[in-house]
Amino acid sequence: MPEAPPDEERALRVEGLDVTYGRALSALRSVSLTVPHGTVVALLGANGAGKTTLLRAVSGTLRLHRGAVTAGRIRYGTTELDGRDPVAAVRAGVVQVPEGRRVFAGLTVDENLRSGGLGLGRRRPAQVAEARDRVFTLFPRLAERTRQAAGLLSGGEQQMLAIGRALMAAPRLLLLDEPSLGLAPQMVYRIAEVVREINAQGTAVLLVEQNAGMALSLADTAHVLEVGEVRLSGPADELARTDAVRRLYLGETTETTDTTDTTDTPDTPDTPDTTETTTETTDAGDITRAAGTTEGQGAA
Amino acid sequence: MTTFLDNIFNGLALGAVYALVALGFVIIFKASGVMNFAHGSLLLLGGYLTAVFHDDLGFAGALAVAVLVTAAVAGAMDRFLLHAGGTDPHTAHVQTIVTIGVDIVILTDLSRRIGGDLLSLGDPWGDSVSGLGPVTVADSRIAAIVVSTVVIAGVFALFRYTSWGLSLRASAEDVEAAALMGVRLVRIRTLAWCLAGALAALAAVFLAAFPAPGLERTTGQIALKAFPAAILGGMASPPGALAGSLLIGLTEALVAGYQSDLHILGEGFGDVAPYAVMVLVLLVRPTGLFGGKAAVRV
Repeated sequence: MPEAPPDEERALRVEGLDVTYGRALSALRSVSLTVPHGTVVALLGANGAGKTTLLRAVSGTLRLHRGAVTAGRIRYGTTELDGRDPVAAVRAGVVQVPEGRRVFAGLTVDENLRSGGLGLGRRRPAQVAEARDRVFTLFPRLAERTRQAAGLLSGGEQQMLAIGRALMAAPRLLLLDEPSLGLAPQMVYRIAEVVREINAQGTAVLLVEQNAGMALSLADTAHVLEVGEVRLSGPADELARTDAVRRLYLGETTETTDTTDTTDTPDTPDTPDTTETTTETTDAGDITRAAGTTEGQGAA
Repeated sequence: MTTFLDNIFNGLALGAVYALVALGFVIIFKASGVMNFAHGSLLLLGGYLTAVFHDDLGFAGALAVAVLVTAAVAGAMDRFLLHAGGTDPHTAHVQTIVTIGVDIVILTDLSRRIGGDLLSLGDPWGDSVSGLGPVTVADSRIAAIVVSTVVIAGVFALFRYTSWGLSLRASAEDVEAAALMGVRLVRIRTLAWCLAGALAALAAVFLAAFPAPGLERTTGQIALKAFPAAILGGMASPPGALAGSLLIGLTEALVAGYQSDLHILGEGFGDVAPYAVMVLVLLVRPTGLFGGKAAVRV
């Protein structure tokens, strides 16, 4: 690998991305976002908003789900990623940890970790050992269980293994899909620490989460997806203070608005204007909202 | 007692050859989720090529050509006929049906070429026999056991220690997760088909060698006996395929050896026995001997 390129060449840029499943079902519409080098970016949204679809588009696995990028582009640094296979993403340094962990249950912990480096082809043993040491330093518990079948690990351990497996490819950008899903609160806290640590070591993270509280506490910037479009974008701490996010994703009741709003099912396409018209807390200056989005079109 | 030992030895030799075929079934199934019904004609193709070339190239040269060509045909079959739709994992059953068609095409052509002949493969063992303790056994059967053991050990080492093996096992567990790790699914899969084809070509040699009369156009049907072996092993388990093959081989040899005592079951029960064993095993263990669901803690 060459010496580190300048920071702007190590950013993920998604521009005007449209994704369609089965040539008919529109899942993303002109989505743009950037993950600069060394930052944590959170992607929030309800089920079906298109978060996982965005990750699939970046990692090149849309085709496995009969999806395709129909417009826009995805670049990591100078590498074009749209329409490429997953190997291209891994080689560019972009590795995804899939939702639901998806460790190879019948393989040992050690074999799972080895599999993380498969996309890079032949590597020097020293590089592999270095990557493995990094994983074992982050997750000492895995080091004690190298010979155990991955399927016999606890849920939290499996999540650690899934992250460790991805780290074996020495990524510069890690795509994390719902790492807190189905884990005990203590383990969620532990995962959050791990994400912080990975980021401190210089790896950028694109974090997809339903646990908005955790995601916003980790992220530098955040984006909110709603039915396939970016609805809100901005610095994570400012987004966390907006009423819309607090009400919809942090489960808080806001004092400023009519309480009946909170009992409504959140963010259905028919009632989007409640988000728009809600009084915002004052200092939301950096937050951009999707202007003039029309609603009611085919939900994904 | 001697008869019994004879039968056991024959059973082991048969089982070793079935194992080469059954392992091919399993490798293909693991890699692509396809049951390869064309495996019998691939086997026949390998045998036929060895028979055609052994005069000019010698046995070893002919076998090498046969193994390589059969591997290439199997790989090409996967790449160009089955896999044209891309890496869509939802079409395995369609591809399984396609293999039936491919089987008919290859088999028809080879039958036309072989006709009613019995082809010699020119193997070095001929009809020589050796004394092994109290029993006398054909050298070709000793060779079958030795070669199969070595080759199968090699295949297991491939599974365990190479990145191809790891990629294959990982993608058999979870295609999408393997893809996300950068496993080249298409390449891994095609290589698996090639390996299975090579194993089938090798198996053909021992199925046509003494005491069998030679290669005939029905030799490929013997692959059908390895099919229950693969199934009762659990279909996706290489060790299961081994155990299943030995079980089928022993059953067949013992039934054939004690035919006179078993005439109540009718003549030629030896041909039916593999399927009878398969049904019995599946009644007790519906997922096969080694096909139990992988240990998963939820």
